[in-house]
Amino acid sequence: MSTIETKIEQMNIVIVGHVDHGKSTFIGRLLADTGSLPEGKLDQVKATCKKNAKPFEYAFLLDALKDEQSQGITIDVARCFFKTPKRHYIIIDAPGHIEFLKNMITGAARAEAAVLLIDAAEGVQENSRRHGYMASLLGIKQLIVLVNKMDLVDYSQERFEQIQREYQDFLSQINVQAKAFVPISAFQGEQVTQSSEKMPWFKGPDVLSLIDGFEKETEKSEQSTRFPVQDIYKFTEEGDDRRLIAGTLQTGQLRVGDPVVFYPSEKTSTIKSIEQFNVSPQADQIDAGSAIGVCVDTQIYIRPGELMCRQDEAAPLVGDTFKANLFWLGKKPMLKDKKYKLKCGSARATLYLKEIRNVLDASDLKSVANKQQIDRHDVAECVFQTLKPIAFDRSSDIESTGRFVIVDGYEIAGGGIMTDVLAAESSRLEDVLKRRDYAWETGGISPTKRAQRFGQTPQLLLITGQEGLGKIALAQALENQLFESGKSAYYLGLSNILSGVSRDLSHQVEDRDEHIRRLGELTHLFLDAGLLLISSVTELDDAEASVLKALIAPMPMTLINVGPTCFNKVPVDLQIDEQDSQEKQLAQVLAYLSQQKVLLDYSI
Amino acid sequence: MDQLAKLEAQSIYILREAYRDFKQLCMLWSIGKDSTVLLWLTRKAFFGHVPIPLVHVDTSYKIPEMIEYRDKLALKWKLNMIYGQNKQALASKETYPDGNIDRISCCKNLKSEALKHTLSGEWPRYRLNHERQAYEEDSNKEPYTGVIVGVRSDEEGSRSKERYFSPRDKQNDWDVGDQPPELWDQFKTDFAPGTHVRIHPLLDWTELNIWEYIQRENIPITSLYFDRGEGKRYRSLGCFPCTFPVESTAKNVDEIIEELRSGKFKNIAERSGRAQDKEDGGLETLRVQGYM
Ligand SMILES: Nc1nc2c(ncn2[C@@H]2O[C@H](COP(=O)(O)OP(=O)(O)O)[C@@H](O)[C@H]2O)c(=O)[nH]1
Repeated sequence: MSTIETKIEQMNIVIVGHVDHGKSTFIGRLLADTGSLPEGKLDQVKATCKKNAKPFEYAFLLDALKDEQSQGITIDVARCFFKTPKRHYIIIDAPGHIEFLKNMITGAARAEAAVLLIDAAEGVQENSRRHGYMASLLGIKQLIVLVNKMDLVDYSQERFEQIQREYQDFLSQINVQAKAFVPISAFQGEQVTQSSEKMPWFKGPDVLSLIDGFEKETEKSEQSTRFPVQDIYKFTEEGDDRRLIAGTLQTGQLRVGDPVVFYPSEKTSTIKSIEQFNVSPQADQIDAGSAIGVCVDTQIYIRPGELMCRQDEAAPLVGDTFKANLFWLGKKPMLKDKKYKLKCGSARATLYLKEIRNVLDASDLKSVANKQQIDRHDVAECVFQTLKPIAFDRSSDIESTGRFVIVDGYEIAGGGIMTDVLAAESSRLEDVLKRRDYAWETGGISPTKRAQRFGQTPQLLLITGQEGLGKIALAQALENQLFESGKSAYYLGLSNILSGVSRDLSHQVEDRDEHIRRLGELTHLFLDAGLLLISSVTELDDAEASVLKALIAPMPMTLINVGPTCFNKVPVDLQIDEQDSQEKQLAQVLAYLSQQKVLLDYSI
Repeated sequence: MDQLAKLEAQSIYILREAYRDFKQLCMLWSIGKDSTVLLWLTRKAFFGHVPIPLVHVDTSYKIPEMIEYRDKLALKWKLNMIYGQNKQALASKETYPDGNIDRISCCKNLKSEALKHTLSGEWPRYRLNHERQAYEEDSNKEPYTGVIVGVRSDEEGSRSKERYFSPRDKQNDWDVGDQPPELWDQFKTDFAPGTHVRIHPLLDWTELNIWEYIQRENIPITSLYFDRGEGKRYRSLGCFPCTFPVESTAKNVDEIIEELRSGKFKNIAERSGRAQDKEDGGLETLRVQGYM
């Protein structure tokens, strides 16, 4: 019955090119000639032009916005729709003006194929090249090049071939192959939807046939399974006990019973069910593209941002250092040692620019050596380092988990594709600590002297575990006990940090890394002063535990875990049953501490 | 995957992304077909639950069936339902046609202004108490910083320029010329204090897609969209003084789809029944002022 319509294929194509080379005219023409305009629209625009004594332009059709018309340039990505008997198209009209490169990129990032226009009279311009390069960087593999305004050059074959040669040279430098070059006049409608009588020398097909000849992307279901964990839901208050791992399956397939691994934590489990609302019975297998939820067999603790893969397939790359091709759109340049946010799949991480290997000026493709920063509109090959390991793919292997954006402050300032993982000689944290310890000042009192004075070896007693298990109360009771037994102990509450030292941070997930770092640095100060420091952190994971450990080294940390563990590899020093009374829990901690000679027996 | 399945997956992804990143999040529910589809997609995204409050701007000129339908669904689907209103303009009759102002100004008063101040928390919000089945003033006056809206890019030129995540500054202004880039499925989810974001999960849907999805999912939709024997139906819902039914005998979803696909509405814009769009400035002016 009525689903026939939706079975028809749909394709996004982007129209790019230097400003004024005829993008809007071409689109207007395409809409008009395929009968895709709302009834009367063309006449209405023509009448308005006549009324205002302006020559008619197809561009007016597309200029739906007032401020756009007043500036006379396409300022944003506009979408319009047209159909052929073969399929439905969404055309993305990307602005050609350099100021609006980010809009062009936004448009092109959604497209499966690109049409690039070059003005026959003006020839190849800076943005003809830049757009071609961007399109290839964004992963668009199908491109046709239209040499437009042939009416202005008397439909000259020679001129067409000259431009074709010049642009083809450029494309071969960046390893891109155009599917076709076509001479057209968008305004006159020559060679757009049918062969032109004005250019009998051109034997190729018209543009519309070429567009219909674009191929749909190959099936993503055949690649390795990648499921970025977007979020984890529990709607217990609504009487729903499912722990739902939500996300969109990017590639591959998932079946109930599949053994899975979450990266970077490397926790493993098995798919118990695939969950969707208003689907009955629930599917037991799902293909790439679906936004679903899964429940897993075991009670494992994972966070949004992990990448779920199948155990029996190729694993993603995991690491804190990677090589990438980047294009920079930020108003401020990208600098080394400045903190940025990386978004890749569902993962977010703190990111630093470690090394600039090469900067390309996209307009002429000359590489600029020895640049110390990446400027707006630069395309660069560089090395990045994240604070914690992330999971990703080479973009040549799997596109959707091999591309990323970079946020500077509040803005998306750059994007790119990952080309490899690198083994770094040292992590970002190690570099920072080396510098910190080098600059560390002391008053000359040695740690041994302090230890003697206080009668204790300073260390961090960190209580962790899931939310709502009385960790804070336990930490406070522990401080009391230690203090009463003559120890110099201090309980550092998380909210003391949040409302003091960390007041500048929001309470967003990504800021957690920074909270942990600050907790580590504060702890380092307390321990350096010779104290026993007690604190509690909800759901500390492997990576965070190692960050804390590194920040306070060489002084030790004792990890006390209440209830189900969130760790995968990091061993806990003391495991406590969340069902036990607080007295019992406390006694257990004290027994452990005296066994470890932190407390001597007699002082209990 | 067919086209509807793709659109559905994309919208669910956007909804989950919004829920992940915005603490003060709400969704506008106009009771019309688009935002009702949006509501349905929210139940899809959150496995039957709606963890986001729904805000309705009640102009008091809405067709009465709309309010009835709103409250029925709100109770049934356990929605956290909130409405706001421009009480002042209504009291002083700064409205059309009974007041002395034109359509555009009436829209500005009853929709743009009411919406702005309801979202910011400056004007009272009324929340549905499910036990009492009545609205009472809401104690939460926090401004909403993320607002999910069901606009589609095929509706009107100005809407075709939106982003999925579209920032508005403190004055609620929309700077069309300087919008953030959106790359692949990464959106602008970081916002300076004091700014807020409109989130548009339905941007890529067409009117036909909406109806096809209503049909596929069997979504309950208000009967105002159907001809109930008078040879007329609403194609787009709004306030009764300014929204006129179109001539149509489509009595159910199947017939509407047929009509859109091959029949008389194939090439006529959906909002052609809305009078305010035709006056000078029209939708773009209202849009820059914050009217959806
Ligand atoms: N003579 C001629 N003029 C054209 C042709 N295509 C576009 N133009 C003109 O070139 C100018 C810029 O075109 P437009 O489509 O707005 O360019 P855009 O900036 O790429 O969207 C307009 O004045 C058009 O009328 C063509 O095929 N022949």
